[in-house]
Amino acid sequence: MVKVDYYIILSAILFITGALGVLVRRNPLIIFMSVELMLNAANLAFVAFANMHNNLDGQIFVFFVMTVAAAEVAVGLALIVQIFKAKHSINVDDINSLKG
Amino acid sequence: MTIDLLLFLTLALVAVATALGMVTSKNTVYSALFLVLNFATVAVFYILLGAPFIAMSQITVYAGAIMVLFLFVIMLLGTERLNSANILPWQRPLAIILAVILTVEAGYLLIFKSNPTAMVNAPDASINTIGSLQSLGMALFTDYLLPFEATSILLLVAMVGAIILSKQDKNEKGGAK
Amino acid sequence: MHLTEVVNNGFLFLAPWLVFAPLVGLLINSIFGHKFSERGVGAVASLASGAAFVVSILLAYSVSINHGEVLRWKLAEWMHIGNLSLDWTFRVDSLSATMMLVVSGVGTLIHIYAIGYMHEDVRFKHEENRFRRFFIFLNLFIASMMILVSGDSYMMLFVGWEGVGLCSFLLIGFWFEMDTLARPSWANSDAAKKAFITNRVGDFGFLIAGFLMFWHLGSFQFDAVFENATHAEPWVIVLITLFMLIGVAGKSAQIPLYIWLPDAMAGPTPVSALIHAATMVTAGVYLVTRSAPLYSLVPQAQYIVAMTGAATALFAATIAVGQYDIKKVLAYSTISQLGFMVAAVGMGAYVAGMFHLITHAFFKALLFLSAGSVILGLERGHHHAEHARHAEEPKGKHKKAEHHDEHHEVFDPGDMRNMGGLRKTMPVTFWLYMIGTLALAGIFPFAGFWSKDEILLDASLHFTSIYWQLTIAAFFTAFYMGRQIWMVFFGEARHEAAAHAEESPKVMTLPLVALAVLSVAGGALNLPFEGYHNLGHWLGYTLGEVEGLPLNLQVAGISTALALSAIFISWLIYGRKPLKIGQPDPLKKPLGFIFTGMENKWFVDEGYFALIISPFKKLSQFLADVIDWKFWHDFVHDTIIFGTYNWVSSIALNDYADQKGIDAFANGLGTWTQNFSTAMRKIQNGFVRSYALSVLFGVVFILGYLLLK
Repeated sequence: MVKVDYYIILSAILFITGALGVLVRRNPLIIFMSVELMLNAANLAFVAFANMHNNLDGQIFVFFVMTVAAAEVAVGLALIVQIFKAKHSINVDDINSLKG
Repeated sequence: MTIDLLLFLTLALVAVATALGMVTSKNTVYSALFLVLNFATVAVFYILLGAPFIAMSQITVYAGAIMVLFLFVIMLLGTERLNSANILPWQRPLAIILAVILTVEAGYLLIFKSNPTAMVNAPDASINTIGSLQSLGMALFTDYLLPFEATSILLLVAMVGAIILSKQDKNEKGGAK
Repeated sequence: MHLTEVVNNGFLFLAPWLVFAPLVGLLINSIFGHKFSERGVGAVASLASGAAFVVSILLAYSVSINHGEVLRWKLAEWMHIGNLSLDWTFRVDSLSATMMLVVSGVGTLIHIYAIGYMHEDVRFKHEENRFRRFFIFLNLFIASMMILVSGDSYMMLFVGWEGVGLCSFLLIGFWFEMDTLARPSWANSDAAKKAFITNRVGDFGFLIAGFLMFWHLGSFQFDAVFENATHAEPWVIVLITLFMLIGVAGKSAQIPLYIWLPDAMAGPTPVSALIHAATMVTAGVYLVTRSAPLYSLVPQAQYIVAMTGAATALFAATIAVGQYDIKKVLAYSTISQLGFMVAAVGMGAYVAGMFHLITHAFFKALLFLSAGSVILGLERGHHHAEHARHAEEPKGKHKKAEHHDEHHEVFDPGDMRNMGGLRKTMPVTFWLYMIGTLALAGIFPFAGFWSKDEILLDASLHFTSIYWQLTIAAFFTAFYMGRQIWMVFFGEARHEAAAHAEESPKVMTLPLVALAVLSVAGGALNLPFEGYHNLGHWLGYTLGEVEGLPLNLQVAGISTALALSAIFISWLIYGRKPLKIGQPDPLKKPLGFIFTGMENKWFVDEGYFALIISPFKKLSQFLADVIDWKFWHDFVHDTIIFGTYNWVSSIALNDYADQKGIDAFANGLGTWTQNFSTAMRKIQNGFVRSYALSVLFGVVFILGYLLLK
């Protein structure tokens, strides 16, 4: 039988992988995808717990997370396109005008 | 080693592999495709966990809509590869060290502090029947009606924001001519 | 509202509309009034007051079907502090219902009258935009008065008490930038301030009574106070009742605080009728009646109240004899009649006092409004005469203006010496005035006869000295009213304005007719015959049943004989040989210095000035000049503080200490902050990835802390 723990471990691994991607990669598109991966990992944990507690609330939360992620991607990608138009580069390390 | 454990392990292996592939791949298009595969495996996990509606949403919204949007943007910008010097040299080792520490912490938490007896309910357990979709809809439109409506406004705002951001400025257009 | 509730409590649920109806009226007039015509404004205000009257009738009906049981309607919570719980509760019982009927009934008639009166008044004074303001104030007054009479606690009564005081102030000073003859001056606003400040002295007494009540009786609610008072020590009750008497003296114009009421005649005449004759000034009488259970515990205090009332009645009546202003005579007459009421309630004859309050409201409102009609009639006559003269001599404009101004200086439309012979030019007003006079003088069978006789009868049974004071006051009352009638309406016109005087329009005379009918028939409320003590029976629900006294022919005979003889004497002096132009009062010669005293109000105002106002001014001057300026400013501030500071700073804060000590410290602080921030800003390097790293570091750190804890 599969324990709930296994799903949580998988979720943790995916989450850390995503976090690593955010930190290491310099392409904002990949950073974005890594963020999506982290969200997905959290969703997996939600669904696993919902299953464990026999409760629908977790699934509903996932539903909301997906909606918010869709909104975020729409705005985020529009921003990236605009930044590329202005700077002709999408390397996040090139975008550092806002500094002290 | 039961059959569903075997299935789980196989899928988990695929999920981790695709995640790593997405993070490490040099070509952005490959990354996106790896992520699609990862989302698909996670969708299968959702089905195994008795959440068919979420699984379908995962496929249609994430793997379908969002990832296609990503691919569009990648191809629109034509920046599959980035070639420039790494100006934050200590970022990578520091990130890896932190990730390792986080892994250790998570492992410690899961091994020593978790509930060892919790088993996954079979997909045909009470809430996982076809009534689940019904009860999900019921919950969404009764207890969670206000957040649900708030989400609709959020989506509207995001749509307006995206349109405003990607709209071409009239002055700019005139200047280009 | 459920049907059963209407059956059980009648129209009690309408109680808040006593206050809300006039408030709605004043809100409509203040927000939309600028779009209405004058008649529209007046109609809205009169309807608002009339609505309050209708509510009062329904409430009185509710009391009667409940056989006099006290009905309460809680509108809202007010304050609940510790053991004190105070609500906005309307109390409807036979006493408050009576007051409501008088206030709103007489008030509505005066509202209607004022439509006609103010229409001309604002034109004579060239301030037509003030018409609306007048009705807003009148409605505010009705609302405050309703709070006063319908409150279920001394605190709510006090709110209304202050509210009517404010309205009184606003309306006395309605023509605040002129005097009564419309010359530019601050006389009217001084009169308003005088009324307000004098009332403040009275309110201070009321407040002290309230504080004592709170400390020793622990409540403000009427029934709770009366209940606790029976267990309290007598001296507490004596103090409470006597301090309350100060409040009564202020509001109801009793000795020694009556001085504001004659000056209050500076307000427009409807105000004098409504506030300073019929309703507000009777609030003191109402307060004593309402507090009857307190007063009945302490006969000593009752005696003081009765003596105050009787002394005021006599004293003011003598002053009224020597006055020349038509409204001033009535003002002193009001003080005197209020003295009758206060004496009555002081003697414990609450029914008699309330009876006189009601009839007095009718006939004194009638007299004041008729006096207003006379004054306006003279104004009209004056303008006609003016126009006629201007038409005769069409000379240079400049000269005309000069003449006009000069003429305004001397003509006083309220001075009885300018009147005479008005019964021919203003017949309706004359007959109305006659009815009012006969009612006030106490001639059978007018309303004043019955109510005054009841007071005299009560006095004759208990307090002989009070009886005689009141009887003599009644004699004077008849005399000065007779004098007024002869001077105003008989003889020949002593001024061309009086010769050209014109009758007032119907909107003014019709309310007067209604009041005249009430002045004639008002006595039927409480006839001194077995089975006709209607008012006594009705008020008995609240005040406890009292046995109605039968008519005492001796008392009634003496008072009627005195009144008739007084009128006859006044005819001998003023009626047989009418006053000529410029002739001094015929009483001046035979009475000598006594008449001079009457003429000058026994020099009470001057006495107050010498005893209180001028020492007070001197004390203020001393405090301002010597204590504040010389001591605090010159000595303490300039010499001690400023000098010491200068001395200290010249020694301790020289250039060296400043630059090496203070400047160095401040600059060092600045430099350090600069260096520190230069170092710190490196953290914000603009790279989003390093920010993300910091976030992850935070996550790892906090998770680690939670695990190792």
